[in-house]
Amino acid sequence: MMERSTIQRSLPALAISILIAGTLFLAFVEIGFGENKVDSEDAVANRYIANGTTETGSSNLVTSVVVNYRGFDTLGEVTVLFLAATGVGAMINLLPEDGKKRSKGPKPSLIMTQGGMLAIPVIALFGTYVFLHGHLSPGGGFQGGVIIATAFLLYLIAKPDAKTSHRTLSLSESLAGLSFIGIGLIGLAVSGIFLDNVIEGFGVLGELVSGGLLPLIYIAIGIKVGSEMSGLVEKMRGDAS
Amino acid sequence: MNSLIFLALAILMFITMVALAVATVISKDLIKSAILLAGVSLIASFLFVLMRAPDVAMAEASIGSALTAMIMVYAIGRTRRFEEGGEEK
Repeated sequence: MMERSTIQRSLPALAISILIAGTLFLAFVEIGFGENKVDSEDAVANRYIANGTTETGSSNLVTSVVVNYRGFDTLGEVTVLFLAATGVGAMINLLPEDGKKRSKGPKPSLIMTQGGMLAIPVIALFGTYVFLHGHLSPGGGFQGGVIIATAFLLYLIAKPDAKTSHRTLSLSESLAGLSFIGIGLIGLAVSGIFLDNVIEGFGVLGELVSGGLLPLIYIAIGIKVGSEMSGLVEKMRGDAS
Repeated sequence: MNSLIFLALAILMFITMVALAVATVISKDLIKSAILLAGVSLIASFLFVLMRAPDVAMAEASIGSALTAMIMVYAIGRTRRFEEGGEEK
């Protein structure tokens, strides 16, 4: 009896798995894996390397691809991160009341508290630098945001009893996300292309104020990712008991 | 000469990374496992720098070795610290 129900349940799962595997196989069978596509004449990578800096005004090619050429994918990425953070929050809210409370560990030592307080402003400043200079030097919105989140994490370790405002975190996250979409809509209104860099030629290449809308988008992403990851850490920490 | 030093450094890092990964799986103390896993991520970010991908290295260093490890530590704090067969205190 038991055996039969297991088989009955497994058969549809097996059928669906075979269906998905077949579809994926059909989708990917045309792609030549391991083929050298970069060296061919009409490869899209060559276009990015040749025209990236002049077309987008960003001296960091990674930024020009992530925010300009593939800006819409970045919007999807930010959405995935948002859904993941929301999922964690929902799951923790479903926990029974005593599961939410964190166990009281030993108090952090003097070195931890004071050293953390010295390091936190520097780390947060570095995170801000990374996302402000995303169009000039390595890094960008995601990297800067998570660096700011590590500063927040260090604060929670150094001061475990600190009160944090969850509302401020979600407010700044929502505002940053909305401004990202707003910048995209500006492009849609002006030139008919979503996330189009409408003030492309603005500023001199290599200066802080350059790259048109790229720095603005990266500032929005940086604030969004920073507050999102901080909120995630804060939710994982749980309520004070 | 310079590239030889880089190669030696990269091989040393690979060996350390594999050793840390094996230690992560073997360790019965889950908090120790989380810290060792953070070490794997840290060395991975060094390797990204050697392979001239500083953008990826930054993300790997902060997500892999700080946030992931801490989220795991918080999660372990809500459950049990030692795996079966580990030293129960």
